[in-house]
Formats: sequence, structure tokens, C-alpha cells
Amino acid sequence: MLEIEIDGKTLQVADGSTIIEAAHQMGTYIPHFCYHKKLSIAANCRMCLVQVEKAPKPMPACATPVTNGMKVFTHSELAVKAQKGVMEFLLINHPLDCPICDQGGECQLQDLAVGYGESASQYQEEKRVVPDKDLGPLVSTDMTRCINCTRCIRFTAEIAGFMELGQSFRGEHAEVMPFIGKTVDTELSGNIIDLCPVGALTSKPFRFSARTWELSRRKSVSPHDGLGSNLIMQTKHDRVMRVLPLENEDINECWLTDKERFSYQGLNSQGDNGRLTKPMVKQGGEWKEVDWNVALDYASHALRDVAKTHGGAAIGGLLSPHATLEEMYLAQKLLRGLGSENIDFRLRQSDFSADGHRRGTPWLGIKIADIGRLDRVLVVGSFLRKDHPLIAQRLRQSAKGGAQISVLHSADDDLLIKLAARAIAAPSQLPAVLAQIVKAVCQLKGAAVDAALAGITVSTEAQAIAQSLVSGSNSGILLGNFAQQHPQAATLQALGHRLASVLGGSFGFLGEAANSVGGYVAKAVPGAGGLNAAAMLKEPRQAYVVVGAEPELDCADGAQALASLTKAAAVVVLSPFKSQAMLDYAAVLLPVSPFSETSGTFVNTEGRVQSFYAAAKPLGETRPAWKVLRVLGNLLDVAGFEFNSSEDVRAEALGGQSDFVSGLDNGVDAFTLNLSATVNGFERVADVPIHFADSLVRRAPALQQARDSATPTARMNAATLKKLGVATGDRVRVGAGGTATVTLSTQLDAGLPDGTVRVAAAHADTVALGPMSSVLNVEKA
Amino acid sequence: MALIDTISPLLTTGWSKGDAGWSLKDYEARGGYAQLKRILSSKMTQDELIAEVKKSSLRGRGGAGFPTGLKWSFMPKAAPEKYVVCNTDEGEPGTFKDRDLLRYDPHSTIEGMIIAGYAVGAKRGYNYIHGEIFDIYQRFEEALDQARAAGYLGERILGSDFSFDLFAHHGWGAYICGEETGLLESIEGKKGQPRYKPPFPANFGLYGKPTTINNTETFAAIPFILGMGGEAYLNLGKPNNGGTKLFSVSGHVNRPGNYEVPMGTPFAKLLEMAGGMRGGRKLKAVIPGGSSAPVLPADVMMECTMDYDSIAKAGSMLGSGAVIVMDETVCMVKALERLSYFYFEESCGQCTPCREGSGWLYRVVHRIEHGQGRPEDLDLLNRVTDNMMGKTICALADAAAFPVRSFIKHFKSEFEYHIEHKKCLVDPEVQRAGSGFFRASSVARVA
Repeated sequence: MLEIEIDGKTLQVADGSTIIEAAHQMGTYIPHFCYHKKLSIAANCRMCLVQVEKAPKPMPACATPVTNGMKVFTHSELAVKAQKGVMEFLLINHPLDCPICDQGGECQLQDLAVGYGESASQYQEEKRVVPDKDLGPLVSTDMTRCINCTRCIRFTAEIAGFMELGQSFRGEHAEVMPFIGKTVDTELSGNIIDLCPVGALTSKPFRFSARTWELSRRKSVSPHDGLGSNLIMQTKHDRVMRVLPLENEDINECWLTDKERFSYQGLNSQGDNGRLTKPMVKQGGEWKEVDWNVALDYASHALRDVAKTHGGAAIGGLLSPHATLEEMYLAQKLLRGLGSENIDFRLRQSDFSADGHRRGTPWLGIKIADIGRLDRVLVVGSFLRKDHPLIAQRLRQSAKGGAQISVLHSADDDLLIKLAARAIAAPSQLPAVLAQIVKAVCQLKGAAVDAALAGITVSTEAQAIAQSLVSGSNSGILLGNFAQQHPQAATLQALGHRLASVLGGSFGFLGEAANSVGGYVAKAVPGAGGLNAAAMLKEPRQAYVVVGAEPELDCADGAQALASLTKAAAVVVLSPFKSQAMLDYAAVLLPVSPFSETSGTFVNTEGRVQSFYAAAKPLGETRPAWKVLRVLGNLLDVAGFEFNSSEDVRAEALGGQSDFVSGLDNGVDAFTLNLSATVNGFERVADVPIHFADSLVRRAPALQQARDSATPTARMNAATLKKLGVATGDRVRVGAGGTATVTLSTQLDAGLPDGTVRVAAAHADTVALGPMSSVLNVEKA
Repeated sequence: MALIDTISPLLTTGWSKGDAGWSLKDYEARGGYAQLKRILSSKMTQDELIAEVKKSSLRGRGGAGFPTGLKWSFMPKAAPEKYVVCNTDEGEPGTFKDRDLLRYDPHSTIEGMIIAGYAVGAKRGYNYIHGEIFDIYQRFEEALDQARAAGYLGERILGSDFSFDLFAHHGWGAYICGEETGLLESIEGKKGQPRYKPPFPANFGLYGKPTTINNTETFAAIPFILGMGGEAYLNLGKPNNGGTKLFSVSGHVNRPGNYEVPMGTPFAKLLEMAGGMRGGRKLKAVIPGGSSAPVLPADVMMECTMDYDSIAKAGSMLGSGAVIVMDETVCMVKALERLSYFYFEESCGQCTPCREGSGWLYRVVHRIEHGQGRPEDLDLLNRVTDNMMGKTICALADAAAFPVRSFIKHFKSEFEYHIEHKKCLVDPEVQRAGSGFFRASSVARVA
């Protein structure tokens, strides 16, 4: 500890602290622009100059380390003169166009100019003008306003992992710009808007639509990936205008992914594929907008009829993993009340053989904040950067700090993380390679090798990963979405669990969706004799209740989902959105609120219970889904539906659990490994593109223009292209055994294993291909 | 080629043959590489070597004048990977000594760097040569090849345990890359802009490893110092200002060029060596240490001796030893405008006060020169420089401010005249005559 005196007040700070950190610790504000606690120190804005005893010149508080006994004066004449001098320089070339600047009212330069600026400038020369840049569909530029603090540059280089922005030219001609002809395409790009202390980088979707002081603010929780980022929803006239991060060091730190930041546009979507605002029923093949009473009557009769005629088991419930805990809880309660155990929210999962062997609810295995403390990490089956951008970010930082990150996957996408080792194998080989790693680790650790693994040979890649893992003291094995969607997911789970126990490390799942843990807590999984998500589509039901999902895009086999739903006598859909497919298969559409218009709860991947209130009033005639389900329960005379608030529902669903849910356990018992790996043909590697993962983000127009939203292609490596006799860009017909084929362009992807073809799932263009995991026939079109 | 006129040639000994005396055999014939051989064969310790350099009181010849031996002693002993870097960026207007050092005697710098590598325990060195003198860069590469072929560079030099290799790196024409940490960034392939210090290069230098950076002239002096002994070298100059120094004399003198004189030589003597004032005109002002050093009026300058302490006492800096001599035909406003433009263009743009202030200074001076000055402009200029000096990561803001402040301080009446009368105090015809004379004389010199 070091002792420092700031403005006469003494305090103890940790070794290595800077003056600005010490000052902030004691609540003294030092003006600054370039300094940001999560970024490297640039010391270039010079706004934080303070007086340090014995130093002849004012020192930058952001870059000056505290020494024992140091005396600092932040408001002395010398300090204030230096700060005012810098402010004058900052303003001479700044356009001072605050009235037409989107940053007006929330601008650091504007705020500090009030404190440190003069009312008139002595600069009477011509001001600098800097050409604007095209950074893509999300970030808008007014580069003349830029004060060259380089926060955005440091963000792309350090946090996002790739220096997409840089400062070109010298002196007054210095300009922040992307590479020539390039845009900023990182999945975290929106954060540079928050970081920009002036109006140089502003939100393209939001700009000129509202002033910051016109907006109401509500805390909320991201409905997308399993992280559960904390949000500030900003609304005007009950319309979400903007989403900003709510800082939470344990979850999203101060960042948001672009998906979380810009998906709100989908909340305001209109048209045939937009928000569903009125209850609708299909009568005689025609859709009619009706009153809620009529629609609820219709829905309850339809379900009651099927239950009466065919039994409760003839009904299947498909719940979105992005639905709230309350919605899932009521939906499963309703279905069970109707006598059905066919309930599932694990829509993209294809292997359910761990059911009945699971020791508890699958979860991250550790706290999110502890990810950065792991010194050895193996990520299995994950498009990490796109599926979990902020977890990737944490691993990126820990890799820089010396942690060794290894990857076992079927694609070698650049994670922008320095990897210690990697094994890239076809999907069918993943269990075998993971088994090799387990075996190698057992051998290196001197543990007994499991009988099932005795006969396998350890490859060099597996050996390298094993060696990295055993060299650490705090290891973690993380199974990504791809591993969870894998047809041998349970085997991967058993192997991962075994690996972690030999290593004495942690083992967990990277939660795919906002409620991937919450679904288990809400009991939205099949009970005894019930059918899981895949089975209830494979064995078509008479009726389905769909809550918040678009099964054709959200299920592991979209084609089959579509077929079974179309065949069913009655499909009751509770959804915030409509779509053509929905109009085709549904009998009744009940417009329910998206997360922004209802109170609810998400249990994130670390088991943290995060509840939120509605940020806006329900749009049109939409109603919170928990209310709709509650009324349906009443209409169907299901017992125990006397809830008066979503808190009541939550209390019952959680049964006394509060901040963190209990029963989290990734272990599997008495499970037989399935290491078979015989495949004939091209294996499909199916990713869920970041901006197609759920129904909300699919409807966010700006995100849909981003580079990550490109039309799906058939990606393959050079050897596979050669084998097929096609070149990059050629059109190929891709089928999956059935009659349906889709025609796609080929694209070279050197990171794919031989004999695999990567075709994105969750996209209208590829639904016809059926299961995410499949063998494809590919031929030149 | 008789550009050199020294009292006691040391570093410039090898220059007498001009372009014909630079190669390895010439250098060896002059006793070159003898010191390296002596150090390696006698297994001189690093501490002994550094002590000898300290004894010489050699101060960095790049401009800051930091004691070289002390700088070397800062290098952490235990670090496995260290670098020695030579700064031949020489971007300061008026300075051209390092260019000629590498042109006429590149091996003295090479030997100096190898010895420095030995002293600080580095196995690798770089010489950063500014991009405008590409022929010099090529010559240095040639000299490196010669040294490598002769076994002075590479693994186990001359059969000893010491290995060292040296590489040339040319810049692309940025003044700021002469700042040592900007130079390191540039070698690393990044945008050349200074780093915040601390940490200093001795702890966190090239590629984050401990690094010693010295000026070309500093390295070139090392073999000579070791040849004659630190004590003897110090005695060439005066206490705390050891040895000889190269001065690049330019401007309105009859024989502009590089002159090596002992530290402490009177300026009047140096001026005399440079052939005196052209056309017998009156000396008006001198910038004694490169364009960033404050200008001194003739009477002050004529009293100075050429060493760090005397010039500092007079209110300027010896800097890189670039002596810019101005006669009475010079309009000081125009001269300052040119200097301010240089710093405006060369600021790296990193720190606010320099990025914004250098342009402000230039624009105001430009305005005054073009008859649009305002009475309050001189106060404004002083205030702007005040807000720039000492407020930035590196000293470029100070370098931009010093000329402005000193020109106004010493030649205020000329500025006031400009503002009041919208024209130069020095008649434009006289100015033209002065510069015309400069051109004619320059041609004559080369012939």
C-alpha cells in the first residue's frame, strides 16, 4: 500500500495505482477524455494534468504512478491553469455545433467545457474540417468533432481484439479512420459510441431521433445470449429509442455486444414480419383480427378439444429459451395441467440422452467474473466470438495476461485470442478428439485411464491441448453452443466433466440463450414419459403451444418443425412478432409483449437471477405473456393459476431461491459414452449467425445490414472445393438426403476440416436443409 | 571537399579523404576497431567500460546532453534481451552532422555501437536513419556488410564470447521519429509517436525490452574516447562538457559546414572557422542548437562559448549543435513563420496542446507576416506557448514554443513594426539581396 495526499486528504492506495485511480477512489473527480479504466493509458488528451509536489511540470494524473508520500493538488492554480489551457486547445478546432450534435446533453467535452472553458474563444482562424468515414451500418461519424483521444482505436485493438481503427496523418491533420475501404465490423463495435467523449461517433440507428434529456431510463436485462448483460432501456413515448449498457463488473463490465445494443430496433418493427399487435384467429383459412376474449376462448377451446379427444400427450409445448422464467413456468404449468409432459425449451438441442442422467441444471460451472481467473481454458464446440462475444472478450484479456486458451472445434474462425493449442475436427470427430484429450490428461496426471478410452490413440493436437491444460493450476472446460447442439452432446458433456475432474478444474456450458438455465428452473423440460423438443416434432402432435419461438428458425431441424406444425390440428402461438410461416401453421396468434414491455426474470448462465420491469407500455393490444398464460390457465380450469403479478409467478417458480438458483450441476451419472464416428458424405457444420439467433435480432434492420448478417454460403476448405470441382463463388446445390435442396454460393474457408461444408442455420435460406447436424450432398448447380 | 576545418580533428579524422575514406580498410588503417579488439581480448568488464565512458563526461550529442555513461548504467544487468539503438533521424532543421559522420566514417559509429552493446549486454542493435538521406542508409548497409564479413559483427565476435549484430532501418521522413520513443515505435512498425515516460527505454524500450538509445555522434565518439582514455577526452573540453563536438554551421556564413571543435570553444572562433559573415554583413541572430533552440541575438551570442553550460546560461540550448547564423537581411517574423510551419507540420498529433497549439502559433505568425497581425497577437502567442510548454508527452510542443517566445523576446520591435505597418522592418529588397547572396555563394562553395 502507498500513502498519497490529494488536495490535503490522505489515503492508502494499492501499489501501482495511478493518481487518477487514487483520486477516483476518494471521490475526487479529475477531468479527463482519453483515460478509460478498461483501456490502456494513452496520456494524450492532457486534460487530467495535476500538480505534483516537487514536479516542475504538471503531470497527467492518468499516467503518473503514485509514489509513497506523494502530494497531489488537483485544483491548485498550476493544475487549473493547465486544465483550462488544454480545454482551450480542445475547443479551438471543435465545431461547437452542440445544438445539432447528437451527443449534445451527454457530451463529456460539453460538460467539461462548462467547468474549464471560457465563454468566448480567442481563436479567430479557420477551423479544421475532417472528412467523415463510413464505419458501417451501426456507427455514424462526424469526424470534425473528433478530439483524437484514441479511445475508439484502443478499444478495437485491446478489447475487440483487432485494430480496426487507427490514427493516420500527423499533427493537426491527424484523423481517426478505419483501413481504407473497410468498415468497423467487430461484434462489439457499438461500444466505441459510448467511449467517444464527443459527438464524433454516434449511433446510426438512433441519431437525430431523440435528445438524451427526453428519454426515460429503465434498467433491464439482455434477452439474447446466456450472459444476461445489464441494460439501460431508454424510451420516449413508450417506444424504446436506444439501449445502453448498465455497468456490471460481474457480467458485462461496461460493454454490450452490438446485438444487445441495436436489437431494440426489432421491438419497433412493423409490417408482415414485424410486431404482432392484435390477437388473430384463423377461420376457414382466413385470418381475422379479433378481441382478446375471442382469441383466448378460441385458443382454450382448441387445446381443450385436443386434450379431450386425443389426450394431453397429443399437445406439445415449444418454449423459446429467450422467454422469461415466468412465461416458461406458466406455460409448463398450463401444459401439465392439460395432461401433457411434452414441454421443452432446448429447441436447438438434438441429443437428449443426458436427460435422466443429469445431476442438475447445466450451467457455466463458475461465476462469469471468474472466467478471467482461469489460467488454462479449453473451449469445446463454440463459435465463441459470435455466440458469446463478451465471454470471448474476457478470455482475450486473460490470454494477454498469460492464460493459455485452447480450442476444440469444427471451424477455425479467428477468435482474435492468442491460442495455446487447437484441434479442428469434423463434427463427428469432436467426441473422439475430446476423448483423446481426456486420455492424454489422465496419462499426464497419472490418473487411471477410463476403460472406454483405453483403445484410442492420442493425436498430436489433443496431446498439445492436454499438455497446456495440465500445466496450469486453475483450469476450465467450456462447452459452447455447437457442442450443446451436437448429436453426441451428452457424450461431450460426460467427457468434459471427466476432464475437469481429472484436472481438478471447472466444467461448464456457455449458455446459448438468456434463459438456458432458467428453463430448467422453470421446469420447462419434459417430465416422465414426455417428449423433448426434437421428439415432439419427430412424432407430430395434434396441437402445439409455441411461446416466443419461431420453430422453423429456432429448432434444430427447422424443416421438420415446419412440417409438424403445419400438419397439426391446432397451433397456439404466443409471440411478439408475426411471420408468414406463423400465419401458415398457426390457428391462433396471441400478441404478447417482448421483454421490453413486460416484467420478468432471466436466469443467466452462471445461475444469477435477474428480474426486470417493463421499460415501455405494451404496444397496441399486446399483453405480457404471463398475463395471457394466466388467463388461459383460468379458462382451462387448471389449478394454481391465481397469480396477481409476475412477482407471484416468480416466487412460485423460484420456490425461495433468490440471487442465485440452486441445483446447478454439470455432472452426468451412469452414462454410456457414444464415440461412434462413421459418416459418409460431407458433414454439415452449422453455425447460428449472431444476428439470426432469435426472433428479436432477426428483425433489427441495422444489424441485418452488418457484415455478420451476410447471406449464408456453403463454406469449405480448398481440398473440399477441389473435390467438388468448384471454385469460390460458384453456385452449388446442397441437399440433406431429402428432396429439398437449396442453392448457395461457395466460399473458401481454410479453417474448416476436410469433407465438411459450413452452412449457417437459423436462416430462411437454409431452413429447407433440415437438421443442423447432417450429411450433405453438394453438387455444382 | 575541404569542408572540414577543425582545431584538433578527432571524430572527423577520417573525413579528410572525403568520399574516398569511408570503407573498412581505411577505418582500420586509421586505427579503427582497435578498441573493440582491445576490449574483447582484455576481457574488459562492463563496469570498467562504463566507468571509462563516465570519466570522459561524454554527454549525449543528440540534443538533450544526458551523460552517456550514466545512461548505459541504467540498463538492467539481468535482462536476457536488450537492444542498442542509434538515432540517426537527425530531423532538426540546421543539423547535418550525423549525415556526414555516416557518409565519411560509418565504421566509427558501428564500432561505437558494438562497444555499447558489449557495455550494456545487448546482442542486437539498430541504426534508424532518416529517410531523406537514402544514399547514406545504403552506405551504412554496405559498411555493415564489410564489418560482418570482417567478423566485427555476428556470432562470437573475433572469437570471443560476445555476439552482436547490427541492422540499419530507414525512416520515412517524420521529425518526431527523432524522439527516442517515437523512433522505437517506428522501428516496431507503428506510427511514430512518442511514448509516455516513465517507463524509460532503459526498462521498456524496443519491443518492450531494455534499450539504450544514443545519437550517432555519441556512438561515433566512443572508439576515440577509449583510444585516448576518458580523462584525456574530458580534458579536450571543459569540466562537465567533455571532448569535442561537431557543429553544423549553416546560414549566412562564408563556409557553411560541419566543424569539430573542443567543447568550450568561443562562438566567435567557430564563426571565424566558418569563414565569417557573408559579404561582411552584420550578424543579427544565431540559433545555437538546432531550430527548436531559442534564438539568441548577436551580442549575447558573441559572448558565448560552445558548450552545454554556457549556452544554457545565455538562455538557449546547445541541442544538436546546429548553429543557424542569420545576418541583418533576415526578417525575424518571416524566419519564425518558417520555423512555426515546420513544427505545425511535424507535430505527431497525439497530445492536445501540441496538435492544436502548433497550428495556432503558425497561423498567427503567418497572419502577422502577411500584414494581418493584431496588437494583441504577441500576448496571444506568448499565452499559447505558455499553455503548450511542459504540457505534453514529448518535447515537441516546447520545441515549437521556444522559437516563438525567443523571437518575440529578442526581436519584439520587428513584430510590433509588422503589426503596426503591415510590412517588414527589413526592406524586402534587402531580404532578397541577402537570400540571393546566399544562393550564389553556396554554388561557389561547391565549385
